[in-house]
Amino acid sequence: MIVAERKPLDEIEAMLEGFQRVLVVGCGTCVAVCMAGGEKEVELLAAELRMKAKLRGQPRVVDEITVTRQCDKEYLEQLAKYVDQYDVVLSAGCGAGVQFLAERYDAALVLPALNTRFIGVAEGPGQWSQRCMACSDCILDQTGGICPMTICPKNVLNGPCGGTNHGKCEVDGEKDCAWTLIFRKLEKLGRLDYLRKIQPPKDYSRMTKPGRFTHAAFEQADDQEGVS
Amino acid sequence: MAAAFRDVAAQKDFVVTAEVGPPKGTDVSTLVHHIELLKDKVDGLNVTDNQSSVMRISSLAVCRLILDHGGEPILQLTCRDRNRLALQSELLSASVLGVQNVLCLTGDYVSVGDHPQAKPVFDLDSVQLLQTVGLLNQGKDLADNAMQGATDFFAGAVVTPEADPIEPQLMKFDKKVAAGARFFQTQAIYDLESFKRFMDHARKHDVKVMAGIVLLVSAGMARYMNKNVPGIFVPDPLIQELAAAPKGKAIEVGIRIAGRMIRQLREEKVCDGVHVMAIGKEDRVPEILAEGGI
Repeated sequence: MIVAERKPLDEIEAMLEGFQRVLVVGCGTCVAVCMAGGEKEVELLAAELRMKAKLRGQPRVVDEITVTRQCDKEYLEQLAKYVDQYDVVLSAGCGAGVQFLAERYDAALVLPALNTRFIGVAEGPGQWSQRCMACSDCILDQTGGICPMTICPKNVLNGPCGGTNHGKCEVDGEKDCAWTLIFRKLEKLGRLDYLRKIQPPKDYSRMTKPGRFTHAAFEQADDQEGVS
Repeated sequence: MAAAFRDVAAQKDFVVTAEVGPPKGTDVSTLVHHIELLKDKVDGLNVTDNQSSVMRISSLAVCRLILDHGGEPILQLTCRDRNRLALQSELLSASVLGVQNVLCLTGDYVSVGDHPQAKPVFDLDSVQLLQTVGLLNQGKDLADNAMQGATDFFAGAVVTPEADPIEPQLMKFDKKVAAGARFFQTQAIYDLESFKRFMDHARKHDVKVMAGIVLLVSAGMARYMNKNVPGIFVPDPLIQELAAAPKGKAIEVGIRIAGRMIRQLREEKVCDGVHVMAIGKEDRVPEILAEGGI
């Protein structure tokens, strides 16, 4: 899932300076799971923003609403009857959500309440870690299910760099060396021969931004739409 | 003009290289002094590439300075700061400027240096960079385009004989050989028996291995490296030897330790040479070599 964290309140306050009517929009999917922008978090954020304004004696209206997903058009539609009643929309979605909301409501000023961190997993209560770079050319079949593109800060593809230190990474001594993990896993699986093959340079053209993808079943429909 | 390192490595039983670090800023007086001091005492002079991710004069410019002063430069090239276009362009440029030796490294991460906010590149890794050098030597680039004029590099790489675990390091060593590395300069070694075990593996390949000799200047430095520098292990007796030195004299002990190691490596024919890294104490390298009987 997409892991995000809320921006510091002071930064959000600075963005909102001069605006009286604020609509905080939560997102009920990834950022709800990582406790950054779901219903509960948005409720708390709105309360904090109201309280801050009150303490300063400023007039401010802050309302909140949470949609199932900000990255889906159909869920954004339900905001149609509210958006134009506010000076500003504060999206607690990931970066994709903020942009899709801003695109759908192009007359509204949409601001981000979160910093989007990475594609990751829940390691434990309140702890997430990155697992995927979305490189568009997965090689996990050859690396024991451990991604050197993501887990290795230098994304080296052919074995550990000189900075590997008793199984830890030179960049952060708390983190495991990706290549030691890969070696141990393939050793356990009896697949060390995978490591003897020289991996070619990565094809970064597949990562050219902005990425776009159409499911095969929809390709024809998309083409026809393009022609018409 | 110095003899080509490639020829010396093929002919001599024991080759010696040292390292100079480009300065930050345009004052090259100390660097030129070190080049003049060392050029005739070693078979090649490595030039580091933004060493420790600290921004400095480029390795290529300093390699050319070494040639101007009659020395034989070894261009260190890391994958941290350049993508595949820039790496290949740098290699072609080195070639036309007369540089014939290249040491291919992955490079330290940007966070250890003086511009930690920089975007790290790592488009290629050290193995892929070695393959790239091989292609340029054949007159082709990495995208299989023909070139007008090929390079003729003698390519080398690094290895950490004390890495823990050692197996992935040895597998990478084998890949580097397969990718075209003809010589290796190792991370600093202090434990001869442990290094001999590594050499048992390395000897399976037809490559020149030069043991890394890093000058110890104090017991504190040795302890610091043991704690903080990956792949370096200074045994306790050496630390005690340094600690027992009179105040201000530890570096003399360090020079003797380095010389002793060089002598043992040479006399016992453990490897094909040494690479001396005096890190900031380049002016003491002649003494280290003299202690080592070179």
